[in-house]
Amino acid sequence: MSRGNDAPPPEPEYLGALKTDLTLALPGGGGGPEAPKPPAKRGFSDTADLKLGSSCHEDEDSAVTQPPPPKAQVVGWPPVRSYRKKMMKSGKYVKVAVDGAPYLRKVDLQLYTSYQELLAALEAMFSCLTICNVVNERKIMDNINGKEYMPTYEDKDGDWMLVGDVPWKMFVESCKRLRLMKSSEAVGLAPKTTSSKGSSTK
Amino acid sequence: MNYFPEEVLEHVFDFLTSHRDRNAVSLVCKSWYSVERFSREKVFIGNCYAVNPERLIARFPRVRSLTLKGKPHFADFNLVPHDWGGYVYPWIEAMAKSGINLEELRLKRMVVSDESLELLAKSFPNFKSLVLVSCEGFTTDGLAAIASNCRFLRELDLQENEVDDRKGQWLSCFPDTCTSLVSLNFACLKGEVNVAALERLVARCRNLRSLRLNHAVPLDALQKILVQAPQLNDLGTGSFLHDPDSEAYCKLKNAIKKCKSIRSLSGFLDVNTRCLPAVYPICTNLTSLNLSYAPGIYSSELIKLICHCKKLERLWILDTIGDKGLGVVASTCKELQELRVFPSDLYDGVGNAAVTEEGLVAISAGCPKLNSLLYFCQQMTNAALITVAKNCPNFIRFRLCTLDPTIPDAVTNQPLDEGFGAIVQSCKGLKRLSVSGLLTDQVFLYIGMYAEQLEMLSIAFAGDSDKGMLYVLNGCKKLKKLEIRDSPFGNVALLADVGKYETMRSLWMSSCEVTYGACKTLAEKMPRLNVEIINEGEQIEASPDDRHRVEKMYLYRTLVGPRRDAPEFVWTL
Repeated sequence: MSRGNDAPPPEPEYLGALKTDLTLALPGGGGGPEAPKPPAKRGFSDTADLKLGSSCHEDEDSAVTQPPPPKAQVVGWPPVRSYRKKMMKSGKYVKVAVDGAPYLRKVDLQLYTSYQELLAALEAMFSCLTICNVVNERKIMDNINGKEYMPTYEDKDGDWMLVGDVPWKMFVESCKRLRLMKSSEAVGLAPKTTSSKGSSTK
Repeated sequence: MNYFPEEVLEHVFDFLTSHRDRNAVSLVCKSWYSVERFSREKVFIGNCYAVNPERLIARFPRVRSLTLKGKPHFADFNLVPHDWGGYVYPWIEAMAKSGINLEELRLKRMVVSDESLELLAKSFPNFKSLVLVSCEGFTTDGLAAIASNCRFLRELDLQENEVDDRKGQWLSCFPDTCTSLVSLNFACLKGEVNVAALERLVARCRNLRSLRLNHAVPLDALQKILVQAPQLNDLGTGSFLHDPDSEAYCKLKNAIKKCKSIRSLSGFLDVNTRCLPAVYPICTNLTSLNLSYAPGIYSSELIKLICHCKKLERLWILDTIGDKGLGVVASTCKELQELRVFPSDLYDGVGNAAVTEEGLVAISAGCPKLNSLLYFCQQMTNAALITVAKNCPNFIRFRLCTLDPTIPDAVTNQPLDEGFGAIVQSCKGLKRLSVSGLLTDQVFLYIGMYAEQLEMLSIAFAGDSDKGMLYVLNGCKKLKKLEIRDSPFGNVALLADVGKYETMRSLWMSSCEVTYGACKTLAEKMPRLNVEIINEGEQIEASPDDRHRVEKMYLYRTLVGPRRDAPEFVWTL
């Protein structure tokens, strides 16, 4: 039987995520089997590397940053029809990170017409995770303080803001990525946000 | 056998439906050749430059249905310059002039202008069926001409074409007398459609069986359409976005329930997943489900949906389903014959829940009837492929794409040679194979040795030397199409057996090691081959050095010599 089947149960999810980042970070990269070993968890740190007063190893990550970001894709690989690529590109996809979850998801913001719908979708999206019993409470969107996760987003200036701070349409235009942040960390969000917009004033 | 009168022979030949059989029959003797050629109504031309329209008409004057293919397959992945060629206009023009009674035209990867569609619409009064797959060059104006003029149109099937939308009212061009549509697919159109005209059209075409809408058709219109057409077998939804607490959604649920004949479901480009339960009632009957354009449906909802689809024979899906979801497919869909898992994330390489060898092994164990696979995955192992080969020896099509094209076995770090070797050894009927991942010449040794029925092979980033390609050319006797990119195969392999290429439809090599001189030699030796060099973006002097490495070469057999419509950057040697 295949070994793939016998992988020890507690690990694969996390491992899978690691491999995900490894392979995708270097499509076709250096060629050799050894090549695809950029800083592990690159994909995740990518979202988590905000100036949010996290520990120093994240600085390492950005320091290690290889020549140019190794995202330059090989033309025509993976072999997906260009038609399909175009179709899938329509919409406005942004990455969603959840603190503590070892992988990212994406949402198409254009599918929704309000914060309420977006948050309902996020709730559905992460329902497979344990963190979701928290997100299940819709209150997350209007009562940011009491809950364990707070939806935050990076706006087009690169500042991290609290979801809901501007009208929906402005948000869709501006949002570059989303992060459901641990409340405990988010407490530090406002002061450490470099911007003077002061999301904490909300 | 010549004592049969020709009428009798013709009647006998009527029972031969496959092109292969008819080709064989026409080679028996002059009289059979003649009877066959006057009675053949369906013609397939796998390369529009292998013959010309005049020869087609001269040989098969009674052709009614024509299938034509244009650009090389790698055009799908942007490896062929946009204006390389593959124009259908000369074919339509020649048939129109010769009074051919064309009823059906199926095109793949061809350039179709509005002018062509207008000429088509006006020249063939009995025209019934137009199928365009991966074509380009036309707009909704061309479609309007078809809609206005083809009075007996039964099928208008537009699959994955690049169509310029003129915001025209092409759907309202179907005259009120048009009631003959059986199949209407415009899922690939981007623009708005006249929903009222669509509803009226559906209402009057009582024989409509297949309807695939584009994303501009909203959910409430879908509801009205389904009320009019409960007889549909094949439905592609447009936008599936609505408030699930609304009256429209409630009506849709009831309408879908009455569509008991639906066997094939696709669409959901835009989707509110909370609306998905509306289709649960028809899922039990589905044999075909395509959610590969529905990035909005996440794993958990996919799984819920799949659980209702016990009779699926064909499933196209995104890798957001994950290995776990594929496990559910494996335990639910016992009739599955064809599976395609597409990558959901094509742009920035952030892994969603992409699939691995684990999902494939689960599928192979749960779906013994599987015979066709396209699988984009993060990683693969030899052990997994060996298990898959054992579990599913019936593969006819096996296409595996690792997202990193040269990734080794995820466990042993070895090349994937043994795994693919197991596939070709165990699947005796394999006709189409795409390999990827870290591969040495060894895998081609296996392919040459075992893949006796192989007709099409795609190679990328693989092999070490000329030997690899030679194994394939020497071994695979039935090979029709070979396409190779970014692999170290060169002149020795290319020139070893030039006669082989006359038995094949085409050979594509890009970013390999072949040189200009070798291509010239090949072209000189084989006058019935067109050896094309594609110099897109390269500044090459008129007569480059023989040692100049050719970036892209496409060669194919032809009866009519070099084509006359080649753009400047294409040289036919």
